[in-house]
Amino acid sequence: MSTFFSQTNMLLMSVWSCFFGQDEEDGTEMGEGDEWMQGKTLIKPLDQLDLTEAELKEEFTRILTANNPHAPQNIVRYSFKERSYKPISSVDQLAVHFVLEGNLLHQDSDEARRQRAKQGLPEDKIVKSVLWFFLLAQAAGGEDAGDVEEGGGEERADSVESKAGKKEQKITNQFNFSERASQTLNNPLRERGCQTEPPPRANFSATANQWEIYDVYLEVLQKQEKNKEKAKAVPKKDDDKGKKKMMLVETQSDDITKVAKVAKIIERMVNQNTFDDIAQDFKYFEDASDEYREQEGTLLPLWKFQYDKAKRLSVTALCWNESYKDLFAVGLGSYDFTKQGRGMLVFYSLKNSTFPEYIYPTTSGILCLDIHKHLPYLVAVGFYDGCVAVYNLKEETLQPIYKSTAKSGKHTDPVWQVKWQKDDMDNNHNFFSVSSDGRVVSWTLVKNELVFTDIIKLSLAGAVSEGPEGVQLPIMACGTSFDFHKQIDYLFLVGTEEGKIHKCSKAYSSQFLETYNAHNMAVDAVKWNHFHTKVFISCSSDWTVKIWDHTIKTPMFTFDLNASVGDVAWSPYSSTVFAAVTTDGKVHTFDLSINKYEAICQQPVVAKKKTKLTHIEFNPVYPIIIVGDDRGYVTSLKLSPNLRKKPKEKKGQELPKGPEVEIAKMEKLLSLLREPENSNA
Amino acid sequence: MAEVEETLKRIQGQKGVQGIIIVNAEGIPIKTTLDNSSTVQYAGLIHQLVMKARTTVRDIDPQNDLTFLRVRSKKNEIMIAPDKDYFLIVIQNPSD
Repeated sequence: MSTFFSQTNMLLMSVWSCFFGQDEEDGTEMGEGDEWMQGKTLIKPLDQLDLTEAELKEEFTRILTANNPHAPQNIVRYSFKERSYKPISSVDQLAVHFVLEGNLLHQDSDEARRQRAKQGLPEDKIVKSVLWFFLLAQAAGGEDAGDVEEGGGEERADSVESKAGKKEQKITNQFNFSERASQTLNNPLRERGCQTEPPPRANFSATANQWEIYDVYLEVLQKQEKNKEKAKAVPKKDDDKGKKKMMLVETQSDDITKVAKVAKIIERMVNQNTFDDIAQDFKYFEDASDEYREQEGTLLPLWKFQYDKAKRLSVTALCWNESYKDLFAVGLGSYDFTKQGRGMLVFYSLKNSTFPEYIYPTTSGILCLDIHKHLPYLVAVGFYDGCVAVYNLKEETLQPIYKSTAKSGKHTDPVWQVKWQKDDMDNNHNFFSVSSDGRVVSWTLVKNELVFTDIIKLSLAGAVSEGPEGVQLPIMACGTSFDFHKQIDYLFLVGTEEGKIHKCSKAYSSQFLETYNAHNMAVDAVKWNHFHTKVFISCSSDWTVKIWDHTIKTPMFTFDLNASVGDVAWSPYSSTVFAAVTTDGKVHTFDLSINKYEAICQQPVVAKKKTKLTHIEFNPVYPIIIVGDDRGYVTSLKLSPNLRKKPKEKKGQELPKGPEVEIAKMEKLLSLLREPENSNA
Repeated sequence: MAEVEETLKRIQGQKGVQGIIIVNAEGIPIKTTLDNSSTVQYAGLIHQLVMKARTTVRDIDPQNDLTFLRVRSKKNEIMIAPDKDYFLIVIQNPSD
C-alpha cells in the first residue's frame, strides 16, 4: 500500500512539475512564476460588473444547509380524507450524486454464506482469499503460489495469522489456477461461392373471381365424367379411334371456324337493326283502326323471306316448328308437270330474314314436309318423284338420313302429303304418306332403314279397268291430301283428285268408313279443326272451301272464293277462324262466329298480280301467318286484332279460357245449321 | 369454314355496316375490314369493355354468361358478340 502511495505522490509531483515547467516557459504571458501559487493576476472581462470598493467589501452571508437545492419545495398531494389538494410539509432532500453498483458482499450476509457453501470454503478465510486474488492479479503470470504468498505477507498487518491458517489447510480452489493459453493454428479462411443459373422467371397475374372458380370446377367435373365414360368405353376400340380422330380435328381446325356461332349471333343482331321497324311491328303493333272497322281486319306485312338459289322454284310446303317457335321449314319445288327439276328444303328463322338457317338441296322437287312434334330435328319430306326421305337437322351432311328407294316401297307417283305419327310400340318413329298412286303408306324408321307398310289403297268404288291379258284391275284413286284426327288416333281423312274425301281408319285397310262427295276438282287440302272434334275443312281448285261435320254427309258451310284455292288452315287460337289462299294472290280470313257468310279480311299480299299463293300456315304462338307463293317467296303477315277475337265476356263473369270454349262456340254454330228451321224462326 | 366466311360477307354486305373486326382472347385483332389504326383502337378499347361486362354478369351469377353487347351512340352502333376465345365487333349505322 505504501508503495502505492509513494507511487501516486510521485505521479502528482511529476504533474505539478509539469505545470511548473510550463509556467516558466510561458512566463511572459502568465506573469511571474512565484506568484502563481498565491493567485493569478486577474484579467477583467469586459462585461463584468463594476462595483465600488464599499460594495466589494460588503459581506454576504451564505448559509450552508443540507438542503437539496434541486428538490421541489411545493409538492402538493391530493388528500382523500379532506377531498382537496394539500401541500406536503416535508420534502425528501436526498440528492444522489453518484451510484456504482458493486459486487462486494458482507461476509455475514446470506448470499455470502451461500457462496461459501457452494465453493466449500471455511468462512473466516473468505476475506483473505479475496485479497490474495487481488495480489495475484497484480503479480506477473506464471509465478508459483508460494512466492507470491511471501511477498504479499509483508505488506499486510494480519499476515501472520493468515500464514498459519494457510499451512493448516491448503485450499485447492479455482482461484489458484494458472492460465495457460496457446494459440492453435488457424486455418486460413477461404470463401468459395457458386452461383446457379437462376430459374426462368415469368410474370404471372390473374384474377380469382367467383365465376373463374366456378369455371375451373366445371372443367374438373367434365374431365371426371369423360374419364368415367372412357373407362366404360374401353372395350369398344372403334370408339377410341373415333375419339382420337376427333381430337386431331379439333387441334387442326382453323381460327375462323370457332367464330361461327358468334358470327351467327352478330348476323342476327345486324338484321335486327336493319329491319328494326319490322321487329317492332311484329312485337308491338296493333292496328288501331280495327276499332273503327266493325268486323273487318287487316294483315300487316312483316318480313319477306327469299333465297337466291330458290328463285325459280315455288313454295310447295310450309311447316312451323313446334319447339322453336320462330323456325319454319319451306319446301321448294314445282307444281308444273312439265317443269320438273330440282328442289330445296330451306329453314328460316324469324330472327334472320335475309338468309336461311339450314339449306338442303334435293334432286327432285319437294311437295310436302312435316316436322316431328317432339323431335324438332326430324323432318319428313315427300318428293315429286315418289320418294320419301327423312332429314336430321343435327347432322352436318346435306343428305337425308333415310330415303325410300324403288325396292323399299317408294311411291310411283308424287307424294302429296306426309305426316308424323306417334311412335309405335317399339318406340320407332313413323310417318304416313299419301300419293297419287292411290296408296297410303306408313313408314317406320327401324335402325338404318325405312320400312313401309301399306295402310290403305284408295280404290275407286265400282270402277274397274281392263288390264293386260284381260285381268280386271281396280282403278286407284289419286290421293292428294290427308289429315289425321287430333284426338282419335286411328281416324284420318284422305282427299282425292276426283274430289272425294274418304274417312278411313288405320285398322281397316280395304274399306272406307265414310265417303264425302266434296268437290268437283281435286281436293287440295283437308284439315281437322284444332278444337272441335267433329269438324274439318276442305278446299279445292273448284274455287270452294267447305266446312264439314264428319257425321253429316253434306257440308255445313260453303264459301266461294272466286279463284282456285291453294290451301286452307285453321287458326290455333280459335275454333272458328280460318284462312285460305287463292291463286289470285289474296288471303281470305274468315271468322265464323262473327260472319258466317263472308270473309272478314280479303287482302292481296303479293306485289305482282300473277303470283299465285300456294300455302299458308298459322304460327302456333305468335299472331302471324306465313304465306308461300309460286315464285319462291315466303311472306309473313301479322293478324290484326279483329281477326283474333276471343269470345266476348259477359259482364260480371270471368272470361272462360280453354278449348272447351272454342268447342262450345263451334257447336253453337253447328247446332244452328242443323236445325235451320228453328233458327230462322 | 366457308360458311363462316360467307356469313361474314353477308354481314359486311348488310345495309349500313361500316366494319367487322374479329379479336382473339388476348385482344389482338385477327381479321378486320377497317384500317389498321382504327382496328387496333377498337380492339383495345372494346376488349376492356367486354371483360368488364362479362365480369359483371358472371359475378352476379356464375352460371350466367354474356351473350352480346350493344353500344348505341349518336352516330352508329357497335355490336359485340363474345365467345370463349374470340369476340366479334360489328359497327353499323342503323339509320342508313
